[in-house]
Amino acid sequence: MKNDISYRDSVHRIGRVWILSALAMLIAVPVAICLYYRAWPSIGGVLKGMLSIAPIFWTVGVIEVFTYVPMLGTGGSYLGFVTGNLANLKVPCALNSMDRAGVQPGTEEGEVISTLAIATSSIITTLIIALGVLLLSQIAPVIESEALQPAFANILPALFGALGVVFISKDWKIAIAPLAVMITLFLLIPSLASAVGVLVPVGALIAIGVARVLYKAGMLDEKTAPVEPMD
Amino acid sequence: MEFNSNSGFLYVIVSIVILFVLLQSVVFFVKAWRRGKELGMDVKALKKTVGSSAVFTIAPAFAILLGVIALSKALGFPLPWLRLTVIGSLTYEATAAAAAASAVGATLAERVTDPKIFTAIAWVMALGIVPGLVLVPALGKKIENGVSSIKSKDSKWGQIFLSGLFLGMISAFLGLVFADVHAGLTGWIPVFVMLASAVLMIVCGLLRKIIKAKWIEDYALPISLLGGMALSIPITQLVQSIAG
Repeated sequence: MKNDISYRDSVHRIGRVWILSALAMLIAVPVAICLYYRAWPSIGGVLKGMLSIAPIFWTVGVIEVFTYVPMLGTGGSYLGFVTGNLANLKVPCALNSMDRAGVQPGTEEGEVISTLAIATSSIITTLIIALGVLLLSQIAPVIESEALQPAFANILPALFGALGVVFISKDWKIAIAPLAVMITLFLLIPSLASAVGVLVPVGALIAIGVARVLYKAGMLDEKTAPVEPMD
Repeated sequence: MEFNSNSGFLYVIVSIVILFVLLQSVVFFVKAWRRGKELGMDVKALKKTVGSSAVFTIAPAFAILLGVIALSKALGFPLPWLRLTVIGSLTYEATAAAAAASAVGATLAERVTDPKIFTAIAWVMALGIVPGLVLVPALGKKIENGVSSIKSKDSKWGQIFLSGLFLGMISAFLGLVFADVHAGLTGWIPVFVMLASAVLMIVCGLLRKIIKAKWIEDYALPISLLGGMALSIPITQLVQSIAG
């Protein structure tokens, strides 16, 4: 147990160094561009730009920390928040990997699997984008082709449709209520689509609330059988 | 200095940051791998995680590349390359860049040639993602301790609590799939794609049972994702031809 704690602490230590260095480098980029080209933007313009995005994106940023950190674990969080594309890539990748490996998030094994999944995904993404930028003239006509556009436009439905089967079939009793609420919400107020990040904790609160009631009533006692039981 | 959004200087500073983040991924990978072995985890299971994560990542990575190309028309390659490789996400970057451009009276419909406008956009895109990078080191440990104290009080409830968290996220994104339904039949395309991908996932589960091939299960998510994306092409054509 002592070993467990010290491992986690060591990840926190190096994680903080890496994430704060990444932050410093990220801010250094616009500073460097301004210095090099001697072109500082008007503070008013930047403020006005911030004013139009910060209320939503900073709120979503705060929410993401509270919802994704428990799912991704220590190492996974320090890495995932630096490399980005959380909801559309890193979080599904980590959840699926932990499920396949049969480990629970928040455990030592879950920590290892989640970090490996996110690190692999980050490395592959970086390589594909770098190669794509280098070989752009060859690749652009293919990925920009009219015929392939529906595939890229539908990446989230294709991802969450499959992921939904895995996780809803396991805990369908907990899943029904948040699903029904979310589908109704989006049917009634389609403009919420731009703020889906804000709705993640709403869905989570509904799911956790329902789970608490069912749990207290003893209705979650036997673990619901997964779709394809291990033989 | 003549400004050019595809200048060698921009490529150099962007490459430095990207290499730094790549190095972080490698360091964390090695640390987790060693820890896995220390815990006596099966190396095969670790390798499988790496393999299936890599395959799963390919399609979303190309979608991200498409985002880089879309933004490059106004901003050149280096800045969108950086923003989408490090921290950014597709939905965030395009919105942030567009908001910044309009705040300084420019548009992303044409190439940005004024360095002051370019730097304004670069600043807004960088500042917009600060919260995650500040809050993870500040609060990450406290959040974890909170979750583990829920677990230590009642381990079964701790597990159910985390499942609730996942299902909250999954149901929000599944709900999002229905956001275009008001647009009529074509608005149902994402719903059909979601169903197609769900069916593929179920088929993978059944195949795994029938032919007893464990690898199908390990690659079920990438298979269903790619299959769903591929099927979205005929689905879109079919729906559009019916809707006229």
